[in-house]
Amino acid sequence: MLSRNDLLATRRVILKSAGAVALIGFGDTAFGAFPALAAANDKYPEDAFKQKSDADAIKALFGKPHEASDKVKLDAPEIAENGGVVPVAVTTTLTDVTSIAFVVSENPNALAASYQIPAGTVPAVANRLKMAKTTNVIVIVEAGGKLYSATKEVKVTVGGCGG
Amino acid sequence: MASTIRVRATANGDITEVQALIQHPMDSGYVKDAKGETIPPHFIQRLTFEYDGKAVFIADWGPAVSKDPYVKFSFKGGKKGDELKIGWVDNTGATDATSAKIQ
Repeated sequence: MLSRNDLLATRRVILKSAGAVALIGFGDTAFGAFPALAAANDKYPEDAFKQKSDADAIKALFGKPHEASDKVKLDAPEIAENGGVVPVAVTTTLTDVTSIAFVVSENPNALAASYQIPAGTVPAVANRLKMAKTTNVIVIVEAGGKLYSATKEVKVTVGGCGG
Repeated sequence: MASTIRVRATANGDITEVQALIQHPMDSGYVKDAKGETIPPHFIQRLTFEYDGKAVFIADWGPAVSKDPYVKFSFKGGKKGDELKIGWVDNTGATDATSAKIQ
């Protein structure tokens, strides 16, 4: 396991780079969002995972708006026969990526997973998620203090939450 | 007890690709058992990968991550033979940790 100090050190690096970008020129929005960013990196984002809707979950996790970007490539199946195990992956050509989050809009709690991407880690993640029913999957990539997203609908024939 | 964590880390040039598979029920708290009783939530909340004293990847998970979770990512700078440390903690406070040699 990581010691507390290691996690703190990593966080410092993440915050430092985010701060530097903010200084270079994203201006008010980046500064305004800074406390939220610190909170997101601090510990497990319990509150964001408890939110029901996709919009509330994204707000709780990042506290700022996102824009669709063709630099974010979301790879998910058109049709998932088993909603319990749906492979979802993201890659991006964006630089200065600090975190990536997966949101499944129609799930009881929309936020599925949130990944911290320290400097030196490739901004790409593959994982497997549960989907209760046919739903939009939204991936949010935080890069240079701003949020970029891609959305795809996955048709689910057997839900993954009803058992 | 055997580790719940299986990891394969492969260095290819500058990039180390990491795949991890973890045995965990990832119960969401929304599913009922055969008797109609709700199975309480039981899921991994944080999974951390550490290389050379630094976190290279931190996953925060909710119950919507599939049972026996799988994750893949890559980072720059891993060397063959070096150790990658992996650990998780779930919502009940249970933990597991292991390490893997980069191949």
